[in-house]
Amino acid sequence: MTNTDISAPMAATTTKGRFSGAQQKLLAFGTLIVLLIGFSLASPNFMQTSNILAILQATSVNGILAVAATLVIITGGIDLSVGTLMTFTAVIAGVVLTYWGLPLPIGIAAAILTGSAVGLTSGAIIAKMKIPPFIATLGMMLILKGLSLVISGTKPIYFNDTPSFPVISTGSIVGDVIPGVPVPNGVLVLFLVAGLASYILGRTVLGRYCFALGSNEEAARLSGVSVDNWKMAVYSLSGGICGIAGLVIASRLNSAQPALGQGYELDAIAAVVIGGTSLTGGRGTILGTVIGALIMSVLLNGLRILSMPQEWQTVVTGSIIIIAVYADMMRKRKA
Amino acid sequence: MKTIIEMRGIEKRFPGVHALKSARFDLREGEVHALMGENGAGKSTLMKILAGIYQPDAGEIFMEGEQLELTDPRSAQTAGIGIIHQELSLMNDLTAAQNIFIGREPRKAFGRLDERLLNQQAAEIFQAMRLKMDPQVTVGSLTIAKQQMVEIAKALSYKFRVLIMDEPTAALNDAEIADLFSIIRDLKAQGVGIVYISHKMDELKRIADRVTIMRDGEYVDTVPAANTPISTIITKMVGREVKDEPLQVPDTSKNPIALEVRGLRRGREIKDVSFTLSRGEILGFAGLMGAGRTEVARAIFGADPLEAGEIFVHGKSLTIRTPHDAVKAGIGYLSEDRKHFGLALPMDVRNNIALASLKSFTKFSGLLDENAMKKVAQEYIQKLGIRTPSDTQEVKLLSGGNQQKVVIAKWLLRNCDILIFDEPTRGIDVGAKSEIYQLLMDLSKSGKAIIVISSELPEVMRLSHRIAVMCEGRLTGILPGGAATKQEDIMHLATQRESMVIETDTDTQRRVG
Repeated sequence: MTNTDISAPMAATTTKGRFSGAQQKLLAFGTLIVLLIGFSLASPNFMQTSNILAILQATSVNGILAVAATLVIITGGIDLSVGTLMTFTAVIAGVVLTYWGLPLPIGIAAAILTGSAVGLTSGAIIAKMKIPPFIATLGMMLILKGLSLVISGTKPIYFNDTPSFPVISTGSIVGDVIPGVPVPNGVLVLFLVAGLASYILGRTVLGRYCFALGSNEEAARLSGVSVDNWKMAVYSLSGGICGIAGLVIASRLNSAQPALGQGYELDAIAAVVIGGTSLTGGRGTILGTVIGALIMSVLLNGLRILSMPQEWQTVVTGSIIIIAVYADMMRKRKA
Repeated sequence: MKTIIEMRGIEKRFPGVHALKSARFDLREGEVHALMGENGAGKSTLMKILAGIYQPDAGEIFMEGEQLELTDPRSAQTAGIGIIHQELSLMNDLTAAQNIFIGREPRKAFGRLDERLLNQQAAEIFQAMRLKMDPQVTVGSLTIAKQQMVEIAKALSYKFRVLIMDEPTAALNDAEIADLFSIIRDLKAQGVGIVYISHKMDELKRIADRVTIMRDGEYVDTVPAANTPISTIITKMVGREVKDEPLQVPDTSKNPIALEVRGLRRGREIKDVSFTLSRGEILGFAGLMGAGRTEVARAIFGADPLEAGEIFVHGKSLTIRTPHDAVKAGIGYLSEDRKHFGLALPMDVRNNIALASLKSFTKFSGLLDENAMKKVAQEYIQKLGIRTPSDTQEVKLLSGGNQQKVVIAKWLLRNCDILIFDEPTRGIDVGAKSEIYQLLMDLSKSGKAIIVISSELPEVMRLSHRIAVMCEGRLTGILPGGAATKQEDIMHLATQRESMVIETDTDTQRRVG
């Protein structure tokens, strides 16, 4: 290209592109800050350490599921089965630890591997059988819901024989190291999972292909990327993360509750969307998703403290989702 | 110079189309070999076979004497054959560098990416292209021309021995084209064989060594670019005879004017387009792909915005902002993509015909008057000769020709006096084509004003009472219909580029003119 006339507009577009990316995170983060300030002004109980820890604890499970959902959504897919997969892996952990009495590490591995295997199956149904992700994972959601009930005999499985199990979620390694900051392990797990997912997305081939698939799957295929295999890998990774969520929630309840799970997928998708990830794929960040999940639990917690009737809380959450997506669309239209 | 690629007896059929009939092609080391032909001549199909995107039904491909099995894009890439697509195939959310090396990212252990090396390698390619571009810029934020440059950089990064460029200059301005040509000359010097598909006649003289002409999926001739007059190439391109009966052009000059547009403008796509259309007249729009014909039609119909221009319908100045406005004024637009924009495929014939006029079938109670809809549908099925077992047949089960008739019925029922047909016979087999032609001529006799946009010259010539020719957004001329106008005249106007006139390439000018 000719030199002088290109460089100037090029520089302009570059900064614009980067600015809008930063602006996106700013938008979600700013909302979170505004909520935090607003609630602490409205109620002195809000900023108590115990309440903050409660918010973080409440975020952990939805946050982990939302991270799993983010990976899939960036590829331009959707996973409706994250909630019931979480429950299914919890039930599997219950079977391994309580029914079979095997040691804790085997129970943990079983939950995560089961999650990966189920994710791989969903991915294969989508990539090989060419069934749209919405349908494939809707089917998987119902299959897993049923299987959880069948395997557990519709009764909760308690982990009373594995005394160290609740530590996964409710213990506090951070609190042991730094007394006075008893951040529950469940939250630690969320941050570890988020950090790992963020690293995979930004720095590895798998992450690169997540964005490539969501951006233009056909172009990726024509460039020689084995689209089907990578798609299955992403769903499998996402499933494994659901397995981690299953362990965290089972540990917190000290039981696998087979009837739980449905509805979690929508909360997870809501967090992803609020965090600025595009439902059409190709764009999104894990940091945004974690902030999105935090916004949701801060909102619920704050409204509860302000004694808003519970039946109104979901009305607010629903409105927030619509406003968040609309703000995102407006931003994109301007860019 | 030795031959790198030889393709022989290539056959390819798509449903309803015999796209390639024993086509052949060869490419030498370090040459630019232009592939010319009208839209649908089979150029792109032949090259997609060479790039491994399509598999031929029959035929052989040799690379330096050895037979190639090209089963997918990857096998062609491995053999050293690359293609730059006409439609850009980039990932908008990734950066330029990430796009260039997609599928071949430099990696560290455990599947980690070496982003620094990636950007560095991309920067080296840009430098070799003398292109100033930040490897980390998001592709979606670049102009089409810059995106094209990323595509070219991507192709260069493979170090292909054979590079196919399908209309690479379609989105480029003159300075950018000059840059592209200097890159092509560098590649030639390195011994790369380049296949160059273009509609732009003037580019041939500047860049091509040899020219192969295709027509209707068949090989016509290969000529040296330097000493073959462009008029000869055009004749070979369009060389088929129009076998149909000669068109009787009625005198519509005394008919009232149904539609007049003055000074339509929008960016590079529509540049000062003005014309009139009388009642009972068929005005054909000819031009190469991307000439702006569809854009003009969509703008008149209110589907896309205009920057300037006036539209008069039956002498009255109208502001048309939405298709709804246009339909109210009696303008119907029949899209080239019937399945996406013209029909509700899973619904039946009756509902599709009534779709634009449901208001008139709504009873006072708010319910639809199914009996009236049925009666009208059956009337049109008979009048237009729509072949369907009943008016409750799903439209998707009809043939292309009959689907087109259903769309026509829909607009006739809506009382449209001005009908714009965009590629009315695309995807319709030969027999049904002449039925559609007859229908269009009957419509014009009944006083409808008709615009026909078509990329097939014989179709334009067979139907049009006058022929408007466009090139790069400008209306380059309006020719009389019938025997007075030859295909060469239309091709001449269709390739009359602004830049070509400015460059005053006298040699080319004299030969074409």
